Amino acid sequence: MTATVYTLRINGQDVAGAEGQSILSVAAENGIRIPTMCHLDGLTDIGSCRLCVVETAGSNKLTPACTTMVSEGLDVTTDSEQLVEYRRMLVEMLFLERNHICAVCVANNHCELQNKAEELEVDHFELPVIEPLVGIDASHPFFAIDHNRCIMCVRCVRVCGEIEGAHTWGVMGSGIDERVVTDMGTPWGDSTTCTSCGKCVQVCPTGALFEKGRSIAEGSKARRPFLPYLHVLGQDSGQA
Amino acid sequence: MTDLAAPGPADRPERRRVAGVTPADGPARVSAYVCEAVSCLSAQSHEVLTGLGAEVAQRGLTDVEIKRVGCLGLCAAGPLVRIPETGQLFRHVSPDDLGALVETLATARPDGQHEAEEPFFSRQMRIATENSGVVDPESLDDYLAMGGYEALRKALTTMQPNEVRGEMKASGLRGRGGAGYPTGLKWSTVAKSIGSPKYVICNADEGDPGAFMDRSVLESDPHRVIEGMAIAAYAIGAASGYVYCRAEYPLAVTRLKKAIRDATRGGYLGASVMETEFSFEVDVRLGAGAFVCGEETALIASIEGGRGTPTPRPPYPAVSGLWDRPTLINNVETYANVAPIIRNGGEWFAGIGSATSNGTKVFALAGRVVNTGLVEVPMGTTLREIVFDMGGGIVDGREFKAVQTGGPAGGCIPAQFLDMPVDFESLMGVGSFMGSGGMIVMDDTSCMVNVAKYFMDFCREESCGKCVPCRVGTTQLYILLDRITTGAATMEDLAQMERLAGMVQRTSLCGLGQGAPNPIFSTLRYFRDEYLAHIVDRTCPAGVCTIEPLPVPA
Amino acid sequence: MAVARAKPTAPSDDKRWKIVETRMRRLGNRPDALIEALHSAQEAFGYIDDGALRYVSETLSVPPSTVFGVATFYHHFTLKPQGEHTCVVCTGTACHINGAGEILTAIKAAMALKPRETTPDGKLSLLTARCLGVCSLAPAAIVDGVVEGRVVADEFVTRLEML
Repeated sequence: MTATVYTLRINGQDVAGAEGQSILSVAAENGIRIPTMCHLDGLTDIGSCRLCVVETAGSNKLTPACTTMVSEGLDVTTDSEQLVEYRRMLVEMLFLERNHICAVCVANNHCELQNKAEELEVDHFELPVIEPLVGIDASHPFFAIDHNRCIMCVRCVRVCGEIEGAHTWGVMGSGIDERVVTDMGTPWGDSTTCTSCGKCVQVCPTGALFEKGRSIAEGSKARRPFLPYLHVLGQDSGQA
Repeated sequence: MTDLAAPGPADRPERRRVAGVTPADGPARVSAYVCEAVSCLSAQSHEVLTGLGAEVAQRGLTDVEIKRVGCLGLCAAGPLVRIPETGQLFRHVSPDDLGALVETLATARPDGQHEAEEPFFSRQMRIATENSGVVDPESLDDYLAMGGYEALRKALTTMQPNEVRGEMKASGLRGRGGAGYPTGLKWSTVAKSIGSPKYVICNADEGDPGAFMDRSVLESDPHRVIEGMAIAAYAIGAASGYVYCRAEYPLAVTRLKKAIRDATRGGYLGASVMETEFSFEVDVRLGAGAFVCGEETALIASIEGGRGTPTPRPPYPAVSGLWDRPTLINNVETYANVAPIIRNGGEWFAGIGSATSNGTKVFALAGRVVNTGLVEVPMGTTLREIVFDMGGGIVDGREFKAVQTGGPAGGCIPAQFLDMPVDFESLMGVGSFMGSGGMIVMDDTSCMVNVAKYFMDFCREESCGKCVPCRVGTTQLYILLDRITTGAATMEDLAQMERLAGMVQRTSLCGLGQGAPNPIFSTLRYFRDEYLAHIVDRTCPAGVCTIEPLPVPA
Repeated sequence: MAVARAKPTAPSDDKRWKIVETRMRRLGNRPDALIEALHSAQEAFGYIDDGALRYVSETLSVPPSTVFGVATFYHHFTLKPQGEHTCVVCTGTACHINGAGEILTAIKAAMALKPRETTPDGKLSLLTARCLGVCSLAPAAIVDGVVEGRVVADEFVTRLEML
């Protein structure tokens, strides 16, 4: 396997990246922070939240930093006014899509969506809330899911499939009506595939997936002594 | 790999095995070609065929041929019957009233003189559709009689794969599915990519509402598509391929499967094609009602048995596609052009059309135009020629307002551009898009804001849901358009809509989301006054939108 | 090493399961046969029920969440039993500007029936499709598999009511 190294520029800074390395990864190595949401170290990148899209000179297309590999002479801009504006709008889209009521949420102050809004200085919404009618599944003995807080990042689907191998979580429906779902749309508590490992709760960025028995603003996942290094590339885990 | 051993319930064609009448001895004096593509069939053209057969037999006319053919193009006037020897075209033929037609057949003495053709036909240049309406789509022999599979034989026995690719490059053929990517270049990329086995895919998921060119080619000349795929496979080093066809086209699927079976039996597909070392197998995969599966990577995901959600490109399918192997994906019409290009040479094709867009294009003329149907014209033909000379102008003599091209990612072109040549670049220059070839003609009874809302509704329903801007953005844009069409919007809403449309266009993951705002941009560019009328005056100039009057205080 | 499993059994003795089983087998019982398998089940039974989903999941070794995700993604598949008769109204662009909307409004007014619904007596299911490809016959509809063109709203509603 050839270890080709490329030199490229990110925000005017000359950096080096290896063959097969993403722009996001090279940026992080060089202290350049690009906001992300669906990205999680260890899970396959899918480029779906679009928060990390960057500009590249010579093209008018925006590409996600997480799924775009570096190449020789690439000239990337990650923080133009236009990009910041788009990121704000994307965060707003997420807040309006479901029913995010932080005041009564277990993840209040421990939430990656809130952190994103704060970082991007989103302090109001221009467009209407969509207010879909979605529910809660608390049938599992240890965990629960509140779809009102879900942003469809599908980290839960990916971790359950790629890391645990149980494939309990999937996605049903399409478009604005899609939901994450356990098995055949059956209650989580009746699942024949779930191993109760709790990985989905650990990776969920919001209060959608949470451990039972935790109350408002306590954080959706317990601090566990055997997971002291749980962290995401360049982001905080949402824990206190 | 193939699943064609025996037809399943959905494969079995309706009783159409007996099709037509062939003279017992010698060539026919005169023939009647009856269109059996889906539009005419639904108006009972099969009963016309069997009826004619019966009457001709009853009158003892043994030198008359009654033949089933594919699409004759002028779908608005179906069922259609053509007499090729005289050039006569009978329209709206009813199975209960065949008298005049039978009389003509009984007495016609063709002397080589043809009836003057109307512009709908005379201005066409048929390459991709040259066999449509001429061959019996369910007969391999008929296809062979028209020179079918000769191009494949030529390629396999006298040309190297790189020479075949060279001809495609020389032709200048650009993808006919919409993006217009140079076909020869795509073939070369796949050929040079590392990975095995390689695949050839035909994108027959024609999802643009109002477009039916691909359906027509598949129903009328399925062997042509297969031959094109086989030549492509030889050129890029593939041995298997798939046709991904939408489930809404059952007749196309049936005819395609039959064509594959017949071609395999005849040695034109399978192992050792035409006794050469080349092998090629094709299988059909059904779509299931998802417009997004017309997008390359979503189509691949669907063939792999999954949800049809696109994946970021690069990597492009040409390098890493179906099961991560190098994959060639081309549209039905693109493949339909391959055999003629190999037969006549790339230079011949490059001599047709306009400078940047070589060859011809099949357009599906629909909407408020008199002659709705399919026309194939050289690229560079003007809109006016197509809509007025060939299309016969607007129904009921109303006034032309716009023609919509490019489907949900396209735009509306107003009257001031009627004299523009239709080709890839010109269409993009006026804010529209070639798309697959659908051309919807609109008159003053169409509200352009309603049209924009219609397309946004479509994109919202068809959004796969994977990426945020498209999933949520199309819903928000729809809400805004709905407010405008119900007289509930403000100028601030209009500004928000333009802002949001820009974000959705630039950040969406695939062509569906990237193209969804285009109808908004296009109609705002040329029909902004209609938007303002809805918002400020609370009226719909075309009289389409229902706007409730504001409540008046008592 | 794959875990040895008992051969999956069809949900019932109904002979139509043989069709589904054959279709999957012809495609090698591979995961990529999923969509074809679902088509087969829907053709045979008119819709896809839980039993079909489970049978396909076991035969193709595809997780239940994946099978469910695919069955609910595509508009063509339905998980609810259909009525005795099916009507598909085309809502493609040419049909839209030629009055498809009026047809749907008329059906809703006369029969209180919206797309993707079945009448309470189970006689008629209404669906829409974005373009059947018969744009010259706009507005078009399909009733029990037969294409009908140039549909006129009130006549059409009367026709449906008489089914």
